[in-house]
Amino acid sequence: MVAKKGGSKGMGAAEDAEEELARTPLQAIILADSFTTKFRPITLERPKVLLPLVNAPMIDYTLAWLESAGVEEVFVFCCAHSKQVIDYLDKSNWFGQPNFSVTTIESHNAISAGDALRLIYEQHVIRGDFILVSGDTVSNMSLSQALKEHKERRRKDSNAVMTMVIKQSKASPVTRQSRLGTEELFMVIDPETKQLLYYEDRGDNLKGYLSLDKALLTDNTSISLQNDKQDCYIDICSPEVLSLFTDNFDYQHLRRDFVKGLLVDDIMGYKIYTHEIHSSYAARIDNYRSYHTISKDIIQRWTYPLVPDVQFFGNSATKLERQGMYRAPDIKQSRSSKIGPFTVIGSGTSIGNNTEISNSVVGECCSIGSNVTIEGCYIWHNVTIEDGCKLKHSIVCDGVTMKSGAALEPGVVLSFKVVIGRNFLVPAYSKVSLHQQPIRQDSDEELEYADNSSGITESPSVSGTLDLLNEEERTELPDSQAYEVGDGGVGFIWLVSEAGQEEEWRHSVAPIPVDKLVAIMQISNDEADLPNEDGAFLPPSGELGPDSITNDSNEDAEDIRDDSVIFEREVEATFQRAVEEDVTDDHVILEVNSLRLSYNMASADCAGALFSSVMKLALDAPHDSPNELYKNVVSTVRKWKKLLKYYLPSIDEEIEVILKFEEMCLESAREYSPLFVQILHHLYDQDIIQEEAILDWASEKEGAEESDKVFVKQSEKFIQWLKEASEEEDED
Amino acid sequence: MDFQVVVLAGGFSKSLVPLVSKDVPKALLPVANRPVLSYVLEHFEENNLKDFIVVVEGESAALLVGGWISNAYVDRLHVEVAAVPEDVGTAGALRAIDRHLTAKDILVVSGDLISDIPPGAVAAAHRRHDAAVTAMLCSTPISGPSESGSSGGKDKAKKPARHNIIGLDPTKQFLLHVAAGAEVEKDIRVQKSILRAVGQMEIRADLMDAHMYAFKRTVLQEVLNKKETFLSLRRDVLPYLVRSQLRSELSQNGAVAEENGNSKGVSDSTIMLSQLLTNASTQSFHELYALGPDGSALSPRKTHKCCVHIASKSNYCVRLNSIQAFSDINRDVIGDASHLSGYSFSPQNNIIHPTAELGSKTTVGPHCMLGEGSQMGDKCSVKKSVIGRHCRIGSNVKVVNSVIMDHVTIGDGCSIQGSVVCSNVQLQERVVLRDCQVGAGYVVSSGSEHKGESLAKKEKQ
Repeated sequence: MVAKKGGSKGMGAAEDAEEELARTPLQAIILADSFTTKFRPITLERPKVLLPLVNAPMIDYTLAWLESAGVEEVFVFCCAHSKQVIDYLDKSNWFGQPNFSVTTIESHNAISAGDALRLIYEQHVIRGDFILVSGDTVSNMSLSQALKEHKERRRKDSNAVMTMVIKQSKASPVTRQSRLGTEELFMVIDPETKQLLYYEDRGDNLKGYLSLDKALLTDNTSISLQNDKQDCYIDICSPEVLSLFTDNFDYQHLRRDFVKGLLVDDIMGYKIYTHEIHSSYAARIDNYRSYHTISKDIIQRWTYPLVPDVQFFGNSATKLERQGMYRAPDIKQSRSSKIGPFTVIGSGTSIGNNTEISNSVVGECCSIGSNVTIEGCYIWHNVTIEDGCKLKHSIVCDGVTMKSGAALEPGVVLSFKVVIGRNFLVPAYSKVSLHQQPIRQDSDEELEYADNSSGITESPSVSGTLDLLNEEERTELPDSQAYEVGDGGVGFIWLVSEAGQEEEWRHSVAPIPVDKLVAIMQISNDEADLPNEDGAFLPPSGELGPDSITNDSNEDAEDIRDDSVIFEREVEATFQRAVEEDVTDDHVILEVNSLRLSYNMASADCAGALFSSVMKLALDAPHDSPNELYKNVVSTVRKWKKLLKYYLPSIDEEIEVILKFEEMCLESAREYSPLFVQILHHLYDQDIIQEEAILDWASEKEGAEESDKVFVKQSEKFIQWLKEASEEEDED
Repeated sequence: MDFQVVVLAGGFSKSLVPLVSKDVPKALLPVANRPVLSYVLEHFEENNLKDFIVVVEGESAALLVGGWISNAYVDRLHVEVAAVPEDVGTAGALRAIDRHLTAKDILVVSGDLISDIPPGAVAAAHRRHDAAVTAMLCSTPISGPSESGSSGGKDKAKKPARHNIIGLDPTKQFLLHVAAGAEVEKDIRVQKSILRAVGQMEIRADLMDAHMYAFKRTVLQEVLNKKETFLSLRRDVLPYLVRSQLRSELSQNGAVAEENGNSKGVSDSTIMLSQLLTNASTQSFHELYALGPDGSALSPRKTHKCCVHIASKSNYCVRLNSIQAFSDINRDVIGDASHLSGYSFSPQNNIIHPTAELGSKTTVGPHCMLGEGSQMGDKCSVKKSVIGRHCRIGSNVKVVNSVIMDHVTIGDGCSIQGSVVCSNVQLQERVVLRDCQVGAGYVVSSGSEHKGESLAKKEKQ
C-alpha cells in the first residue's frame, strides 16, 4: 500500500512489483540515534554514531558498508544532537558522493525507533524495499543474497515484510550474554522456510524453561529452536513496515514491539524471515562491551575492508605492522616505549619514555607521558596523559587530561574534557563527566530506561551486590557539589543507577572479573543442584495424564484464590508501610484503591483485607494477656478508624469484615478467639460495624454447620441485647 | 552383543476389548494369522538377538504366552517368560524383573511393535555414544494407524493431540526434549539449560516414539530403584533421563568402579575402546558442558547422554495398541508391508493356504490371506482381508477390509466390511457388519445388521 502511495510515479499493483523493484534505487534508512542511554555520559555531548570506533566515527563504517553493498540512497534519521550529525556528514563529504545520495531527516521529538519510522513514513521518501540499520552497525556483508531471497519471498507472499540478518554466536554459558554484551537470544525458526516464529531477547532468567506456544507445532511439524544466534540488527524491510509502524502507533522498539507484535498477531499474517550470514561480519554497537568487542574485531581484521589501514572515510592512514599493530606514520614515539600487540596509534600522537601500551586504541594528537601503562583502553583524540598514569580497560574521550600519577580502574569511562587530578584513583566502572548526572531521566529516555531497570531481574547474579555496594559507597563518598576527581580535577562522578548496578560489569569495556565469573558459576551450579528446578515446572509426565485437561476449571478457581491471597498480602504490606512511615489515610486509600483495581477485587475485599491488616498489627504489638491484646486492638482501631470506616460504606462490607474476623479467629490469629465478642462489641461501640450487620451476620449463620457457629454462639448474648435494643427503639 | 532383550508383552489390554479375551491376551492377537509377539521375536532373531525376557501382565496371560512360546520357539530361542502383576506399568514390570537383568545394556521393546527397523541400529547408536538411554523414533506412518481412524475427522487434523513433541540436537543424534502431545497443555516448555548447552534444538512433532529403548542396565536399575513412583518408561523414566541429562543424578562412576572390581582386565580394554570411540568423534555438547565454561571446571559436571535412532521414512513401524491399529496392521502386513509377514505371496499378490477350499465363482483379491483349512462357498468375494484357519464361510459372502480369526462360521449372504471377527464366532445368514468388532464365541443372529458396534459375550467370571 505504501509502495503505491510512496511511488509517486504511478507504480502498478503487486504484479509489477518486480519491475518496480528493479527501477527503484536501493534505499536504506540509518537511525542515527539509538534511543537508549547506554553510552551516557558520553552521549550527552556527542551523538553515539559520531563516537570514534578505532579512530573513525561509527557512522562512517555504516555508510561505507552501505555504499559498498550497492545501496544508492540513504536517509539518515537524526534526532539527538542532530546538528552535530549533519555537520559531520557535511564536513566529511558524504553528501557529495556520486551514485550514493545521503539525505538527512531531522526530528527533535522522536523518542524511539517507532517514532522515527512513522516520521519517515510521512515523508513518503521510501519507494521500495529498504535496508533498516542503526548508525552504529559495522558490517561487511553483501546484501545481494539476502535481498534476492527477500524479493523472491515477497513475490510469492506479499506478507513477508521483513528479513532479519542473523549470525552464529553463542552466548556465554556463564554470563548468558553474547560477546557483544547483549542478552542471550532465543529464536524459533522454521528450518525449511527460515521464517521467524518466536523471538525472545529478554527472557526471564529465573525461569529454567522456555515456553513456546503449542500452536507453533500445528502448522509446522518441525521447528528449530536456536540459542546460538545473534541478531545483527540489519533488516531488509518492505515498505509495509513503515505503514505498520504508523498503524500501530504504540510500536516503539524495533524488536520488542514490532517483531514481537508481528509474531503474535496472526490476523494480518505478516511474516518475518531470517537470513543467516556465515563468513561475513555484521554487528551492532549496543553497549560498551560491544564497543570493545567490535573494536577488537576491527583491529583483527574480521571486518575487512573496514580496517584501520584501508582508508574508507574519516580514518587517517595507518600502517599495519606485525602483531596487529597499526601506527600512523607521523607519531612521536620514544625508543624506550613498548607498544604491544593489537594496538592502534593515531597520527600526531606522542608517546614518552618507558610507556607501555597494549591492546588499546589511541586517537589522534594525544600526548602520552613517560612511565604510563595503558592496557585495553580506548583513548580518543587530543587526550593528555601525564607521567606515571595507569589505565586499564577504560574509555577516555576527547580532550581528557589525566594529571600525573592518576589511575583508572577497569571499566571507567571519562567523558569529554574531564580532568583527573594528581594521583587520583578512579574507581572501577565509574563514569566521569563535566555534566552533572541528570537527577531525573528526561522523558525521552524514560521509555528505554524503564526497560533497563526491568533488566535487573534478568541478572542471575545476586552475589555481585556485595562488591557493588562497596563500589557504591566509594562513589557516593565525595560531595556531589564539588568536583570529585582529585586535586585539580574537573568532573563529576556519576552515581551508578540502581538498575545499572549489577549490569555495569556486564556491559563495560573491561573483561568480566574472575571473581564475578566464579560467583555466577557457583550460583548456576547451585541452581543446577536444586533437584526440582525444572521438576516443578515439568512434572514427571505421568502425573499429567491426558485427563489433566479436565482440571482446568479447578485451576481457574485456584487462580482466583491465589489472586485474592496476593491481594491481601499486598494490602497488608501497604498498610504496614503506612504504619511504619506514617503515611496519611488518604494515601493509603489511594494505594489500596489502585491495588483493588489491578487485582479486580470488590470493595468488600478491601474492607476485609484492611481489617485483617489492622488486627494483625494489633496482634503484633507486644502483649501478655488477652486483656492487653484487647487494649492493643482498641488503640489500633482508634487510630485507623477513619480508614476502616472509609471502606465500610454499606452493610455488605461490614458483614464481610465480621466474616473475615471470624476466619482470622479460626485460622491465622487464634489469640483473638476468646476476645471475639469483646472486640465485636467494641467495633459496634465505635460505629465501625452497625447492628444491622451483626444481626444479618447472625441470621446468615443460622443455617450453617455447628462448627461454623462457634462465634455466633459466643456472641449470642450480645446479639440478643442488640435485638432487644432495637425492639426498644421500635417501641419508642 | 551383550544386549539383553526385554519384551513387554502386556496382558489383557482393555483398549483392545473385545479382541482380547481371557483366552487370547494381547500378545497372541493374530496378525496375518500369527501372534503379534512372533513378529517381535523373529525380527530380533533375524538380527541375532536370541536371549529374551518376555514380561507378561497377569499369571494367566503369562501361562498362555509361555505355552505358545515354548511350542513355537523351542530350540530356537532362549526365552524366559516372567509374569508381573497387572497395572504395574512398564517401569513397574522392569522393576519386577530387576534381578534377571544382567547384561551391560538392555533393549526394551514393546511386544506389540511391528517393525522392520533393525534393532542393531538402535544398539549401535547406543554404544557409539555410551548413552544412558537410546530411544527409537520413527516418522509418523503414512497410513497413520491411530490417526486415520473413522473417529479422525477434521478437528483431529488440526491439533495433533497424539503427537509426541521431541527435541533433537542439530545432528539428530541426541534427545534433548520429550513430551507426549497430550501432556503439553498450552506451551511447550523447553529447558533453557539444555538449550544453552546445545545452542540449537530442533523440535519436531512428526516423530513417534516406537517403544524400543536401549538402556544402560546400571542406569535403568538405579532409576527404577530410586524413583519408586515411576510407572511408565515412556512417560516417566525417559522424560526424567532426558530432563536431567546435564545434571545427572546417576552414579555412573560408581557403577564403572564396580565393574572394574569385577573384571579388571576386561574393563580396561572396554574403557580404552570407549575412549577411542569418543575421541574419534568430535566432542558432543555433553562433554563440553561437563568440562565447564573454561574447559576446566573444578569438578566436572555429571552428564549422561540420551540418544535417538531415527528410522528412515521407508521403514515400517507401527504399534498394535488400538482396534484401529489392529485392522490397519493386518491390512498392511498382507499389503504394503508384506515383507514383514514372512509369507510368500502368490502371483495374485495374495496368500491362499493350499488346504483352503474355494467355491465356484469365488474371488479372493490381492492383499488377502486365507488360512489353513478354511472353506468358502460359491460366489464369495474377499478383498483386503485376512481370514483365519478352519473358517467355514457360506455362499454369497462379501468380506472387505476385515480380519476374520480362526474357526469362524459365516452363513450365506453375509456382508462384512471394516470389521474384526474373533475366533469361534458364528455369523448366521445374511448378517451385515460394518466397522464392528465381534468378540470370541459370539453368535450374531441371522439377518441382523450392525454398524460401528462392538459385540461380545458377557465375560463369565
